[in-house]
Amino acid sequence: MSHHPDPNASYLESPAGFWPWLKSWLFTLDHKRIGILYFLGIVFSFGLGGFFAMVIRIELLRPHGLMLTHTQYNQVFTLHGAVMVFLFIIPSIPATIGNFVLPLLLGAKDVAFPRLNLLSFYIYLLGAVLAIFSLFSGAVDTGWTFYTPYSTQTGTAVISMTLAAFVLGFSSILTGINFIVTIHKLRAPGMGWFRIPLFAWATYATSIIQILATPVLAITLVLLILERTLGLGIFDPALGGDPVLFQHFFWFYSHPAVYIMILPAMGVMSEIITTHAQKDIFGYRFVAFSSIAIAVISFLVWGHHMYVSGQSLYANMIFSVLTLLVAIPSAIKVFNWVATLYGGHIHWRVPFLYAMGFIFLFLIGGFTGIILALLSLDVHLHDTYFIVAHFHYVMVGGTVMAFVGALHHWWPKMFGRMYSENWARVAFVLVFLGFNLTFFVQFILGSKGMPRRYHNYLDQFQPLHAFSTFGSWVLGLGFIVMTVYLIHSAFRGKKAPANPWESRTLEWQTASPPTTGNFEGTPTVTGGPYDYPRAGAAAGRNGRPE
Amino acid sequence: MAPPLVTNESLMHLGDLWFPTLAEKAMGGVDLLYWGIFWVSVGLGAAIFGVAVYLGMKYRRGSAAARPESEHQGMAMEVAWTVIPLVLVLSVFVWSFLDHLRSVVPPADAYEVRVLGKKWFWQFEYPQAGVTAINDLVVPVNRNIKLNMSSEDVIHSFFLPNFRRKKDVLPNRTTSLWFHADREGKYQIFCAEYCGDGHSVMLGNLLVVSQEAFDQYLAKASATSDEPLPQLGKKLYQSKACFTCHTVDGSAGTGPSLLGLYGKKRRFADGSSLDADENYLRESLLVPAARVVQGFQPVMPTYQGLLKEREITAMIEYLKGLK
Ligand code: HEC
Ligand SMILES: [Cu+2]
Ligand SMILES: [Cu+2]
Repeated sequence: MSHHPDPNASYLESPAGFWPWLKSWLFTLDHKRIGILYFLGIVFSFGLGGFFAMVIRIELLRPHGLMLTHTQYNQVFTLHGAVMVFLFIIPSIPATIGNFVLPLLLGAKDVAFPRLNLLSFYIYLLGAVLAIFSLFSGAVDTGWTFYTPYSTQTGTAVISMTLAAFVLGFSSILTGINFIVTIHKLRAPGMGWFRIPLFAWATYATSIIQILATPVLAITLVLLILERTLGLGIFDPALGGDPVLFQHFFWFYSHPAVYIMILPAMGVMSEIITTHAQKDIFGYRFVAFSSIAIAVISFLVWGHHMYVSGQSLYANMIFSVLTLLVAIPSAIKVFNWVATLYGGHIHWRVPFLYAMGFIFLFLIGGFTGIILALLSLDVHLHDTYFIVAHFHYVMVGGTVMAFVGALHHWWPKMFGRMYSENWARVAFVLVFLGFNLTFFVQFILGSKGMPRRYHNYLDQFQPLHAFSTFGSWVLGLGFIVMTVYLIHSAFRGKKAPANPWESRTLEWQTASPPTTGNFEGTPTVTGGPYDYPRAGAAAGRNGRPE
Repeated sequence: MAPPLVTNESLMHLGDLWFPTLAEKAMGGVDLLYWGIFWVSVGLGAAIFGVAVYLGMKYRRGSAAARPESEHQGMAMEVAWTVIPLVLVLSVFVWSFLDHLRSVVPPADAYEVRVLGKKWFWQFEYPQAGVTAINDLVVPVNRNIKLNMSSEDVIHSFFLPNFRRKKDVLPNRTTSLWFHADREGKYQIFCAEYCGDGHSVMLGNLLVVSQEAFDQYLAKASATSDEPLPQLGKKLYQSKACFTCHTVDGSAGTGPSLLGLYGKKRRFADGSSLDADENYLRESLLVPAARVVQGFQPVMPTYQGLLKEREITAMIEYLKGLK
């Protein structure tokens, strides 16, 4: 590589001229730049998935549809799900925030394997290209779950989309390996395991899942591809296979994948709350180990997607109990976050608003999760809009709220600029409100019996569907406002100070944006990550002008 | 003759805020459990979020509230908020499991109807009466009804919202769903598992009528129906040459006699045993080598691909009738 960046210049600084500039980005080994590259890919995917979401909601304004055929509708909801899950939400926090922040949080110069890191970005890109290619080559219509034997038999582009998911899986595995080694090996001197910021613990737990579960998905998708191309009978009964086996394989990955999505979000929450409350986390070890507990239990609950699949009563019973157990570490986290606020100095800035939004929505997602873990209730609610509402509360209300909160929290660090606090508040209100308007009614639709993945529906469901569609416009508007002021901030925003939130974690103890080498010299750690001054000292800080 | 219809129950406008009208009183525990969890969740959720907002306001930056000098010891609290949720979830688990148990284990005296899911309609067959119907399932009120279901193509799922029941319908095995309607009426049937283009129009009606109306319906319909399943099975027994190895009179040939097989305890060469149920009969036809009956050779050919789904079910119904 010709360009050798100056370790003491801002990581955003590039050599003059378009080609050198482009090259300095495309061949960068800097974790921060790779984080930004991911960020661009992920924002693009979110836009694409969001576009499909809007099409779905508009189509559902009327019981018999507005503009799409059955096949087209099925393709649109499949693409919405596949893009949002594989291209957006799984890599969202780990690949962008994780890449950017994790080494900084640990006081490291980079991740353990910078070249591998760049490789995983390009694998992600390849997967994304394949997925987008599949849109134009007979977009897949199986649902993002690719259930057999439908997926063996349909004429749409199952192979290119599953291949995309397969390839994306490798990106996820490599990132996981990189992060685990980084956390083990590159912590600043003095940073023992219980001085690691909680976001790193959450990333660690996530990485374990990425490494152990993703290969199972990869194998499953390969088997599916072999069945389609060579007629190998594995899942399709017409070829002597068993379709329910596919479901077991698929959910063995895809349930833990739910925690690949939510664990990093929980990690973000711990960072936002401690910083903006200027307070040490309550129950550090409980929060840290609950991440590991969630990761472990997550491997043992996949059968809760299959209560009505004909799986035995005993299997149902065991999966139900194990699923309920996941509620405990999740609850522990929420309680500890709330307790952290006690005696703090809370500044209600935008990242903190998102943290509160997260708690509110995650409570609803969590309580409805308990309802769905219960056998007698899930039999009724399975495959209805209740499920759709539930996982949107967890995935959007949880992960996306945390992702957006993280973005607002680390934005000054990432780009060295501030955004408009007022516009950010407006966007928060629109997103929070719009989200609830869109999805809360879907709980009612579902418990009333409205099945999911329905292009047409009974007339009696129309008012609630229309309500949900109006809600989605408010939600969409919120994201548009956000896009506008963030783009403005990236180019025109006020210069950010090194530590605008007066945070104690290491990433704020260096310049905004950080230098290519991250720190001047190697930071040494002498205390916990959140050792904010207590009462006496803090009293003096209160009136201090900013 | 169309069965005498009562009201068309509306899913959306009847019932309570959450659920459509319940057509089987014994399932009331399900709704009650939901409502219980709903109110407890509202209470707990409001408390947790309320405390968060309260603390957030009380200790907002610059507020005069006194801050504690030293860090709080949290062990007692940690234990409390681990144990209390644990007790709560385990108790709702027990409740839901008991309801589930009751709702999935069919009573022995249930009236059986066969359900075939196909892209994209439901076919109902009454083996005894030799009646076949499409999308309209007529059953008598106040009887236990058991549906034995299988699919001709991909996976479907049979969903009865008014009965809080649902079960996947698979192409390679029989699944069953039972219910007991204690109110006459017309209820919605949905396909709940995505099955392609026509998924959202794969709808049916469950028509619950009086016993007399039901008998009339069958009598009327049987005159014009397809060949009834057991009769078709009997024909296949001949045409597929099962008789070359089996008998139906109790004497063994190359293979065991099929007389009285259904429900009988089977012992296998590998030492295992089970009671012959529908899935066992199906397996015997499709994968005969999976379990080899004690004292016989594994020579039976597979009928995988030779019998259509309806023929498999016909064969099963025929075998079940050999008493
Ligand atoms: C070539 C001989 C042969 C033919 C033809 C044959 N079977 Fe069999 N069948 C056997 C033998 C031998 C067994 C016992 C060993 C085993 O379980 O595989 C058996 C077992 C069975 C069983 C399980 C019986 C039990 O007691 O558990 C059923 C049911 C059955 N056959 C049905 C059929 C039907 C229906 C047909 C025609 C469609 C058929 N068989 C044709 C040889 C045959
Ligand atoms: Cu799951
Ligand atoms: Cu369907």
